[in-house]
Amino acid sequence: MNNDELKREYREDLTLFEGPWSRGLALFFVVALIVYSQFFAGNYVVFVMISIVLFVIAAVGLNLLVGYTGQISLGHAAFMAIGAYTHVILYSKGAPLLVTVPAGALMAAILGFVVGIPALRLKGPYLAIATLGFQVATDQILGRWDSLTGGRMGLGVPGPEIGSYSLAEPRTYFLLCFAVCLLVLVGAYNLTRSRIGRAFVAIRDNETAAEAMGVGLTTYKTMAFAISAFVTGLAGALFAHLSDRINPSTFNLFLSIEMLVMVLVGGLASILGSVLGATFLIMLQQGFAGASEYQWIIVGTILIAVLLFEPMGMRGRWLRMKYYFKAWPF
Amino acid sequence: MSAQLLSIANASIAFGGVQALNSVSLDVPSGAIVSVIGPNGAGKTTLFNCVTGVYRPEEGSVRLGENELVGRKPHHIAALGLARTFQNIELFGRMSVLDNVLLGRHLHMVVGPLRAALFGKKVVAEEVAQRRKVEEVLDFLDLQFARDRFVMHLPYGVRKKVELARALALEPKLLLLDEPSAGMNAEEKEDLVHVIRDIRDDMGVTIILVEHDMGLVMGISDQVAVLDHGEKIAHGTPSEVTANPEVIRAYLGTDSTVQTALGDAAEDVVKADEVAP
Repeated sequence: MNNDELKREYREDLTLFEGPWSRGLALFFVVALIVYSQFFAGNYVVFVMISIVLFVIAAVGLNLLVGYTGQISLGHAAFMAIGAYTHVILYSKGAPLLVTVPAGALMAAILGFVVGIPALRLKGPYLAIATLGFQVATDQILGRWDSLTGGRMGLGVPGPEIGSYSLAEPRTYFLLCFAVCLLVLVGAYNLTRSRIGRAFVAIRDNETAAEAMGVGLTTYKTMAFAISAFVTGLAGALFAHLSDRINPSTFNLFLSIEMLVMVLVGGLASILGSVLGATFLIMLQQGFAGASEYQWIIVGTILIAVLLFEPMGMRGRWLRMKYYFKAWPF
Repeated sequence: MSAQLLSIANASIAFGGVQALNSVSLDVPSGAIVSVIGPNGAGKTTLFNCVTGVYRPEEGSVRLGENELVGRKPHHIAALGLARTFQNIELFGRMSVLDNVLLGRHLHMVVGPLRAALFGKKVVAEEVAQRRKVEEVLDFLDLQFARDRFVMHLPYGVRKKVELARALALEPKLLLLDEPSAGMNAEEKEDLVHVIRDIRDDMGVTIILVEHDMGLVMGISDQVAVLDHGEKIAHGTPSEVTANPEVIRAYLGTDSTVQTALGDAAEDVVKADEVAP
């Protein structure tokens, strides 16, 4: 055991990274990804990188709800849709991007709060069905409210610009998405290690005890839904610019399930897990882009294997590896 | 003894046909240790649940100091200074002991979600200050060794202590302990007696406990209340309660020999009354 690892003050337990090694590793990844995207990657690869980064954001949002607070949701694609539509509608009317993207997330948060209210009474499978209902209803409303959403044809998405500076070039747009992603990762991690995050986990583990210790279930469950929807809505708003049009079928039930798979395969109640899970699933999809009919066979098999052999997901593997190499080579 | 900290007046609640509590009244003076005893199914835990807001009594009132508790939610009641432990340990299994006890400090922390996400200086300062408090509680209960372990990996006796630590971290005025000694061996029970006394004497916390170990109850309590079939049949000092024939009947039943003995005792009481002017 290295002497440097001994902690002497409580605040040393509250640092963002555990020691210089993990801080260095994180910094290396950030710099490497930026350099790679700007100077080496082709347009297609950058496009994949943007998808990964956005689904990392969405998966983190979903994980805050499912992994940390223990509330299931089959309706998170709908929150993405609300983020995307709100952003596109406002942005098309000429509002600046830096306002409309947060506005999209905020709109998703408001609806997340509303969806959170039935969650006060519903548990497990019943909540799953209720959020499924939200997903289907959102799809129908977006598909039929022609005057606002363009119905099934959807809406055209103007190219992203901040002021007069165009972000239409994928590698430039990647920088924006990546920056937002880093902010979300740090923010979500901070949230989970704070008083709020502890309250979420307490509700997940034991509602009776959480309430007896002063955690108001109404407040914290609706808060978890709102924050989760906010983060996922943020991903949705940025996601809109990946194609020329958005339409309701982009944000279907299948996407909700894909996000749940990301969270489960990556690891419940882990920010790192969401990063790994989203990256893994998007890369897998791209790998099978030419044979998409086989894609879900593979994903399904992997999901079953993870649940059977590694319930902690890819993060569990990572932890095991870390412990193994701590004492390496002995 | 100073004023009543908790007063339960005529609390009644029924589940279907079972009258779990029938007009139960109980006053708990500030700074006292009061035990609630009674046979299984007497309504002891129901009484606790009515006080902590898990159940809402159909009739009667429960007052903590100036505040009426009936109709309030459990987390409001906790904020008024009431903490409890549970009969079947209710901990957060996939949180470390440290986090479990830190959650007990939840009401003493103020940071909202936005500040928490930024985790600035103020949040760090608050976490450190609360951590200090938590370490004091862990010291008090000798739990430092388990600080970073997950609760689900701990043995039963330690979990009981963690639950007590979490309740103490809330810095309650009134502490409700539901069978604190269940599953403990003789040595652990002796420790527990000292711990409970220290909580009252050093921290000034009023304590109500539900307990089946009569040695512990009689040794530690200032007052004992006895419940049977949802009714309070006796209330007094430990020695008064042990001598109460109603209590003996409730615990030992109406076996003929006991009844005879009780009959004799009752006759003696009657005679004594006749002798007295």
